[in-house]
Amino acid sequence: MMSTYYAGLLADVGILLLGALSVYIILATGQLSLGNAGFMGIGAYLTSYLTVTMGVPLTLALVIAAAASGAIGVIIGFPALRLRGIYLAMATLGFGEMVRSFFLNFDAMGGAGGFHGMRHVSLGYIWTWAAAILLLVAILEHSQIWLELRAVRDDETAAALVGLDTTTIKVGAFGFAAAVAAIAGGLFAHHHVYIEPGNFSFERSIDFVLAVILGGSTVGAGALVGALLLVMLPEHLRFLADWRFAVFGGLLIAMLLVRRQGILDRSLFRFFEFRRSA
Amino acid sequence: MTGKQQPRLEAAGITKMFGGIRALNDISLEVLPKQIVGIIGPNGAGKTTTFNVITGAYRPSTGEVRLDGKAVTAEPSHLIARAGISRTFQNIRLFGDMTVWEHLLVAQPHSDFTLRRLLPTRWADPQAFRRAEEILEFLKLADVKDRIARSLPYGIQRRVEIARAISARPKLLLLDEPVAGMNHDEADDIRRLILTLRDSGLSILLIDHDMAFVMNLCDYLYVLDFGVMIAQGRPDQIRSNPVVLDAYLGHAT
Ligand SMILES: Nc1ncnc2c1ncn2[C@@H]1O[C@H](COP(=O)(O)OP(=O)(O)O)[C@@H](O)[C@H]1O
Ligand SMILES: [Mg+2]
Repeated sequence: MMSTYYAGLLADVGILLLGALSVYIILATGQLSLGNAGFMGIGAYLTSYLTVTMGVPLTLALVIAAAASGAIGVIIGFPALRLRGIYLAMATLGFGEMVRSFFLNFDAMGGAGGFHGMRHVSLGYIWTWAAAILLLVAILEHSQIWLELRAVRDDETAAALVGLDTTTIKVGAFGFAAAVAAIAGGLFAHHHVYIEPGNFSFERSIDFVLAVILGGSTVGAGALVGALLLVMLPEHLRFLADWRFAVFGGLLIAMLLVRRQGILDRSLFRFFEFRRSA
Repeated sequence: MTGKQQPRLEAAGITKMFGGIRALNDISLEVLPKQIVGIIGPNGAGKTTTFNVITGAYRPSTGEVRLDGKAVTAEPSHLIARAGISRTFQNIRLFGDMTVWEHLLVAQPHSDFTLRRLLPTRWADPQAFRRAEEILEFLKLADVKDRIARSLPYGIQRRVEIARAISARPKLLLLDEPVAGMNHDEADDIRRLILTLRDSGLSILLIDHDMAFVMNLCDYLYVLDFGVMIAQGRPDQIRSNPVVLDAYLGHAT
């Protein structure tokens, strides 16, 4: 039997994986979002409200929260995606902080005091979701729509001129990412059985981005490697006591210098596919 | 000279201002079905700007662009592309880390709301797959199918760009200096390719500097100079036109 300590860490990995995937999906269109903790917060609060107050079964609540968050993603995506690069990053950061301060002042769900009453979910339940969405992304990566995302990232003008509706593609990716982040939030709420606005701060958005950059930003599986490392590495550096985060940061910088694309990348996968068909 | 045939492309009275600069001054041109039409003129004459207006990248200050008689002026680029106009770029613009094969797949037309776009291309849309394979063979790109397009030699990159453009199934193909920087043999390959494309039913509008190349290839020519259409006609008419010789060849040397 796994120790509850490791079970807790693995639950964190699964939740971080989903958050990282939500960043990865937006990154596939060439944009950086620093506000995905906002969508995670929306998912966490909405799912908890549905299960605790309305008595909705968790799985259904997660689906509803994902759909609602996805819709919000699409609505704010239309104006936000007129911005690019660092400006979009700043706008999404602002969105994340806006969501956090909304829940801070939203007394109907506890405000600064947080919200509780959720029923704890099993590690298996969390990982069923995480694995299913990782699989979904892996399948999508071989689809026409993913080629379109990459084309939009590489050259929006040229993409439009072969008939790709670049706005819809970008907004759609943003909405999908918002839905995935909301599921991460719902699972987080039902794993920790208590949420407060501070759970969905800027640092969490940064964790998502870090996991993607560390694991590999050109393949979905990179998010898995990144999430594992981000959760497990500081644990295994515990013997360094207070220095462990400094060492972790140093390792991160070293990796970026040596292998900017992250641990996994697409050519690695192409290499294996080639070997298989040869 | 147009007869009664409905032109594939008509640009009528196009003026394009950039601030105070008149990059295009009331220019008109047309391309008939299965015609190869050339635009020539010195650097900065407004040739690429003409392409940008036709493809919706720029909104003209005045004038109208019609495809098969239907106005498409300043529509969003992706709708103009879907209506049947594809192009290549003077400075090659390929998708960063995509293979040649992926360039051909991504440009295949798909309706917006179809499950097919979400499933692995191989199974979801065998028809698009086959079309892409045909284009691959046709442009002799099969050998480099799985190579990253941008890592290929310049001449091949140009072919990939043309392959991507025809993957979108255009009626009209715009080629911006398709043989720039190519040696004679490569240029001749492209010339034969353009003729074959025309024979398969495409209309082609192309820009080039190389007089010999366009003279050999085009059915009809337009000559631009400082945003003004100074002459038009069949290659033999242009060759002997004193205005052209003066303006164009004057600059070119
Ligand atoms: N986006 C733009 N903004 C300002 N001026 C432009 C722009 N695009 C083109 N021009 C100007 O319009 C003129 C025609 O350019 P262009 O169409 O590229 O010439 P050509 O393709 O015939 O060499 C040039 O003087 C160029 O500087
Ligand atoms: Mg030009």
